Amino acid sequence: MAFYRAHVLVCGGTPCELGGCRAVKDTLLEEVNRLGLSSEIRVLETGCLGPCDQGPVIIVYPEGIMYARLQPGDVKEIVEQHLLKGRVVNRLVYHEKKEEAKSVVTFESSDYFGLQERIVLRNCGRINPESIEEYIAHDGYRALGKCLTEMEPAAVVQVVKDSGLRGRGGAGFPTGLKWSFTAKTDSNQKYIVCNADEGEPGTFKDRLILEGDPHSIIEGMAIAGYAVGANKGYIYIRGEYKLSIERLQHAIRQARELGLLGTNIFGSDFAFDIEVRSGAGAYVCGEETALIESIEGSRGEPRYKPPFPGVSGIWGKPTVVNNVETLANIAPIILNGAAWFRGFGTEKCPGTKVFTMTGDINNEGLIEVPMGITLRQIVYGVGGGIPGGLGFKMAQTGGTSGGCLPKEFLDLPMDYDTLAEAGSALGSGALLIMDDSHCIVDIVRCFMKFFKHESCGKCTPCREGTTRLYELVTKITEGKATNEDIALLTELSRVMQTSALCGLGQAAPNPLVTCLKYFEEEFGAHLNGYCPTGVCTMPVANVKVG
Amino acid sequence: MPAEKYSSTPNSGLLSDIDDIIRKHQNRDGALIDVLHDVQALYGYLPEQAMKRIAEGLSLPLSKVYGVATFYSLFTLEPKGQYVIRLCESAPCHIRGAVQVLSAIEEELKIKPGETTPDSKFTLEFTSCLGVCGVAPAIMINDQVYGNLTPEKVKEILRSL
Repeated sequence: MAFYRAHVLVCGGTPCELGGCRAVKDTLLEEVNRLGLSSEIRVLETGCLGPCDQGPVIIVYPEGIMYARLQPGDVKEIVEQHLLKGRVVNRLVYHEKKEEAKSVVTFESSDYFGLQERIVLRNCGRINPESIEEYIAHDGYRALGKCLTEMEPAAVVQVVKDSGLRGRGGAGFPTGLKWSFTAKTDSNQKYIVCNADEGEPGTFKDRLILEGDPHSIIEGMAIAGYAVGANKGYIYIRGEYKLSIERLQHAIRQARELGLLGTNIFGSDFAFDIEVRSGAGAYVCGEETALIESIEGSRGEPRYKPPFPGVSGIWGKPTVVNNVETLANIAPIILNGAAWFRGFGTEKCPGTKVFTMTGDINNEGLIEVPMGITLRQIVYGVGGGIPGGLGFKMAQTGGTSGGCLPKEFLDLPMDYDTLAEAGSALGSGALLIMDDSHCIVDIVRCFMKFFKHESCGKCTPCREGTTRLYELVTKITEGKATNEDIALLTELSRVMQTSALCGLGQAAPNPLVTCLKYFEEEFGAHLNGYCPTGVCTMPVANVKVG
Repeated sequence: MPAEKYSSTPNSGLLSDIDDIIRKHQNRDGALIDVLHDVQALYGYLPEQAMKRIAEGLSLPLSKVYGVATFYSLFTLEPKGQYVIRLCESAPCHIRGAVQVLSAIEEELKIKPGETTPDSKFTLEFTSCLGVCGVAPAIMINDQVYGNLTPEKVKEILRSL
């Protein structure tokens, strides 16, 4: 194998791609060739490095210097100065966007990176996602080999149970327990489904995991298949995620070629194969029974539960449905053991969580931190605070179906149970930060419009409820609402939370209910015909002076 | 969708293309959604005649094909403009200025969401989250996503098409 004195890793995730990373990579290759450095310096594309709003980004190893916001015109300088002469190009180096901005020497030593703990994203931004060899060189498929050659299926289920891993799609159901339900069933056909129908607004973690490390999902699914006795897997992925779909299909082909999918895997009698199915634009298909309907080629409408998919899923057969991030945790847990995994996070929520930070925050992008980290550590540590010297107004955790928490909750530990107690949810790990220049009622209206559009229409509380919630909140933003409308909103929310068929309708009122509770004054002002931030257009006649 | 194939009316030649698509998928269970994806890529939308052919080919009731085609937002039963602009109106984009981007598009193309320009070049629609919130606000034009938009930037993109 050739020895290179430097490696240049170009982030090829979708956010960087939109910033023009392909042109940067091409120019890098041209310049390296022009200076005759191609035998010394290797340029390669990796998965997401995290700071998505600063793309395109590259890292130069062995030093670990990150360059950000690159344009093809900047590349020549980096190649001539840094790669040829060893002089770091300071003007292009990644800087933390903090008020006391200090020049960051290496990416790993920045606050942004320092608070992170990368288990799920272990290979993202480190390996070439299109190379199975690089995945294998980083212990890839060793966990699958260990399961097939040294462990009984029941022992695999037990390790996952002992690890305390909980589903990372949002509900936080214990993964080992879920597997054990399906393992216990007696059926000639069982299925493993990877839920990659990532639709929760503000969430893009699954996309970047799949783009950056597709083999970790294939390995996790194969291990799950062995553990519960399934030989067929489906990855259900959003039709919009073109690059993820390509990468997955490429990775599946490679795994088949090396015999890591197919029959007699690792010389055992275990057989497993995977098919990719893509959705067609329906948020509700992230709900596991709706997803199953969609895989069967039908309208993605949720089913009544029970029976749960673990017992009766695709075509009535026992089916395990796991989120992308959950599956990416499996191989490290098998290799390092349950006790190791419990060394991260909290007692009830071991491990890490991948968050996507969006909105009014300095470092927008993808991060992985231990469970139980406080909201303040995320916003002001990893996130680098709020731009423009503005104040923190609220954070919505768990995406649009999560609750909104004001600044009193900044020291809340981020885990499933604590957030649920506060009326919010950890959910998919979407974190929307809003500064105090925005109107709370206006943003609630935006949330409600989303659910009105995405309700599948199968059950009445959700179909009618989402529309009425939107209409009533709109009325508030127009300064036409009264106290009776607030009472109606509260009552309707309660009905939906308790009687909607699936999680969509049950969770839709969450942001509204938390905002009514924590931002009562601002709602009150709107009832009096006044929008404190001036975002909502109020009828002039209603404004009360003084 | 490729422009040259856009909104061609199905004729006998194209119906045989549909048969090819059905043949490609028919051995797999639950193939209807994949067939609809491929047929829409061919015409730019799902004409009634095409849906009838799919129903026959997959031995499904036409009501089932119609039900699925109308459930998912990526499928359309109407011909659309050569460029379909999908503007993300989810909260992260909303906070980062999607409303201003929408006004810029409306001003530039003189259409509202749900409408197509008289020359059939552009259709403007809303979409739910595109999953590129790190570069909000974002839009998708056909298969291409554009991020970090400003009113000026989006006008520039539209003029370049």
